[in-house]
Amino acid sequence: MSANLILEYALSYAQIAMVVAIGLTCWRIIRGPRAQDRVLAIDTMYLNAMLLFLLIGMGNGNVFFFEGALVIAVLGFITTVCAAKFLMRGEVVE
Amino acid sequence: MTRLIPHPLLSVALVAMWMILTRFSLGHLILGTGIALIAGWTVERLHPPRPRIRRWSAIPQLMGIVAWDILKSNVTVARVLLLGPNHPRFHSGFVEIELTLRDPNGLALLAIIMTATPGTAWLEYEQQTGRVLLHVFDLRSEDDWQSLVRDRYERLLLEIFE
Amino acid sequence: MSHLGDLPPVAAILIAIFVVCGSSLALLGSIGLVRLKSFYQRLHAPTMSYSYGTLLIVLGSMAMFSLLEERPVVHELIIGVFMLITTPISLLMLGRAALRRDRDAKLGHDEIVPPRVVPEEIQSEALRDLSQYGEGKLDRGLLSPSSHE
Repeated sequence: MSANLILEYALSYAQIAMVVAIGLTCWRIIRGPRAQDRVLAIDTMYLNAMLLFLLIGMGNGNVFFFEGALVIAVLGFITTVCAAKFLMRGEVVE
Repeated sequence: MTRLIPHPLLSVALVAMWMILTRFSLGHLILGTGIALIAGWTVERLHPPRPRIRRWSAIPQLMGIVAWDILKSNVTVARVLLLGPNHPRFHSGFVEIELTLRDPNGLALLAIIMTATPGTAWLEYEQQTGRVLLHVFDLRSEDDWQSLVRDRYERLLLEIFE
Repeated sequence: MSHLGDLPPVAAILIAIFVVCGSSLALLGSIGLVRLKSFYQRLHAPTMSYSYGTLLIVLGSMAMFSLLEERPVVHELIIGVFMLITTPISLLMLGRAALRRDRDAKLGHDEIVPPRVVPEEIQSEALRDLSQYGEGKLDRGLLSPSSHE
């Protein structure tokens, strides 16, 4: 019983830590100071949100949060690559 | 055989991914194989440089070295973050190194390795001179990055790809 | 949380250790994103949460669902492999974009970066000494009026 309680607390701690991490990346998005800092922070926020989804899925015992995490991972990659391309060239598709 | 399955590694990886994401059944196996074949033909139209892997046996060794280095580098970066970025012994800076590796797939793998390690970031590769601009997080003056990269990664990558 | 009671105690404690270590690494990466001074230093921060943070959480999730469903559940590995391949690519492109923007004089040099190598000039030279670059300027903030000039 106590081992499961430990796991429960660990999952709660991990979820709170990920929410705090998302808050920190939001602070960096707002503060900047330049466009590349914001894109980097958005990339990290996607990563943290994906980890948060995995942890929520573990907490609920629900496998279907995994698919949400996969979609977030794919969207985060495409967002960052498009934004980096835009920062480099000024347009996305040449 | 090469016309039907131009990129066997890619196709096998796609079939494996399809089978992992769905529950195993014959219908999904056929569907996944069809998708993998179509993806292989599509990639063939894009004419990427085809990877030629010479020595498969060096790949696990490289993976082990990379995993260990990433772990060490994680510890270093975590220590710097906890000490604070204004600590006097902490410097970060740019480093230029020269590579003899010319194979594009090997260079891509080396770039991924260097970027995945928390201590180093690959910024720019100059094709004519073979020079790479790295940004190093915890730069100490006594470290020789040129020989470090050459002895640890480039030698194995040369064995694998060239 | 009733489903956690089905796990054997040793596995539960192991998964708890994995999850705590992974999320602490991810949190540390985000703290680095806030604390570090220049962009090129901040470029290193997300790799911590991406490399071992993702690996540990994915391993914990895999172990937990495999034990709960009593069959090997490996589909979390796809997230692991996907992140392994894509995150370095996005960070690499961001780094190159930042380098290009810092060299462009019109955008203003917020950060001092080494100039581009001109292949004809550098052919015979030794490797350049770049020790004067890279400390970065201080983060001057968003709302200061002269931050882009």
